[in-house]
Amino acid sequence: MDGFLQKLYDTFIVDNRWQYLTNGLKTTLIITLFAVMIGMLLGFLVAVIRATHDKTGRLKILNFISKIYLTVIRGTPVMVQLLIIYYVIFASVRIDKTLVGILAFGINSGAYVAEIVRSGIMSIDNGQFEAGASLGLNYTKTMLYIIIPQAFKNVLPALANECIVLLKETSVAGYIALEDLTKGGDIIRSVTYEAFLPLIAVALIYLIIVVGLSSLVGRLERRLKKSDRG
Amino acid sequence: MIEVKGLKKSFGSLEILKGIDTTIEKGEKVVVIGPSGSGKSTFLRCLNMLEKPTGGSVIFEGRDLTQMSDKQLYKVREKMGMVFQHFHLFPHLTIRKNLTLAPVKLKVMSKEEAEESAGKMLKKVGLYDKADSYPNMLSGGQKQRIAIARALVMNPDVMLFDEPTSALDPEMVGEVLELMKQLAGEGMTMVVVTHEMGFAREVGSRIMFIDGGVIAEENTPDKFFADPDSPRLKAFLSKVL
Repeated sequence: MDGFLQKLYDTFIVDNRWQYLTNGLKTTLIITLFAVMIGMLLGFLVAVIRATHDKTGRLKILNFISKIYLTVIRGTPVMVQLLIIYYVIFASVRIDKTLVGILAFGINSGAYVAEIVRSGIMSIDNGQFEAGASLGLNYTKTMLYIIIPQAFKNVLPALANECIVLLKETSVAGYIALEDLTKGGDIIRSVTYEAFLPLIAVALIYLIIVVGLSSLVGRLERRLKKSDRG
Repeated sequence: MIEVKGLKKSFGSLEILKGIDTTIEKGEKVVVIGPSGSGKSTFLRCLNMLEKPTGGSVIFEGRDLTQMSDKQLYKVREKMGMVFQHFHLFPHLTIRKNLTLAPVKLKVMSKEEAEESAGKMLKKVGLYDKADSYPNMLSGGQKQRIAIARALVMNPDVMLFDEPTSALDPEMVGEVLELMKQLAGEGMTMVVVTHEMGFAREVGSRIMFIDGGVIAEENTPDKFFADPDSPRLKAFLSKVL
């Protein structure tokens, strides 16, 4: 027991090593939060472009660009994308690594969000478009006020899952020497030669956040379900 | 009010409408009947350009809809209410919001005006107490009455009904037809695609029989049902009456 307490003390208390975890967590959360925002924005945009093209045949060029984006991003590992963005695209620019992380994970997530949202839009009955049109609402307004809110509700669980995946995927950020939560735990491991405690602590923190997020989404889903009762 | 000239519509190589000519006057109640697949719904949907005709013209209040830009078309549709077989209410919005969405977003009314107007319409269709319910909490007949109210809030000059009672349970058909009769009594110009012969006879000022993509016969209800000219209409009526 004393040995265990000593290990806990060595791992987290000495030299304020717990700060590797708290600072790492902060970085992880910042990257995830902003990457989710970029991902959602990009994803909705691409989804609307693709769905509009599929439904009306317009936006040919934008649709072509979107398709290339989706193919490239979904066809390569996120870690490779991260490395390319940092070491190739921003090779000669001094840039904050957190920003690079946000960009890389945001651009990556956008591709997955786009396909989720597009499937949501395509799942809405064409009658909803016609009802909008028959009232004089143009395509954009119909999309904005009638289609997207319903599509969003339908794909919310999938979107939430994408956020959770993204949170966990940011753990490869250490490859561009970003000190995120995972890297923080790993630094403690490398200075204390004790792997169990720091890595389990890291895993627990991820788990708690994911479980917390999942329950939040569950609550939101139940609220959105109100209009389904009947 | 609506002048249809040589209206044609094909889907690929399939020709649905083969040249329709008719004029719908203000205040008229035109009831369109015909076998399924005859093109009667397509005809109705061409009137507000939900289907783009492949030939001919539709002139509404003096302007040819087939020559209009999309932008102008949306403006025109504000004046042409449409009621669908499957209601197409907006399931994510309350009944009140279903009614006020279009007038508010199109800026034809302020939010307050729209809500007042929506309240009036809900009273008219007898569903004022459902204002804060969601569509899925209503019966089919109630949904269709709300769909009619939603179209009416825009103050349309003409109402198009595309088989409004075909998706309803039999006991709910009456309440919807009753509302449509009331609307007809108030002088609304109506074009109704339906299989309800009783309604056609009672409310229609003119019955149009579409078969094989053309108007095979049209007449006043009395003459139409009592003394049909064409053998096809005779055969059709003998089956449905």
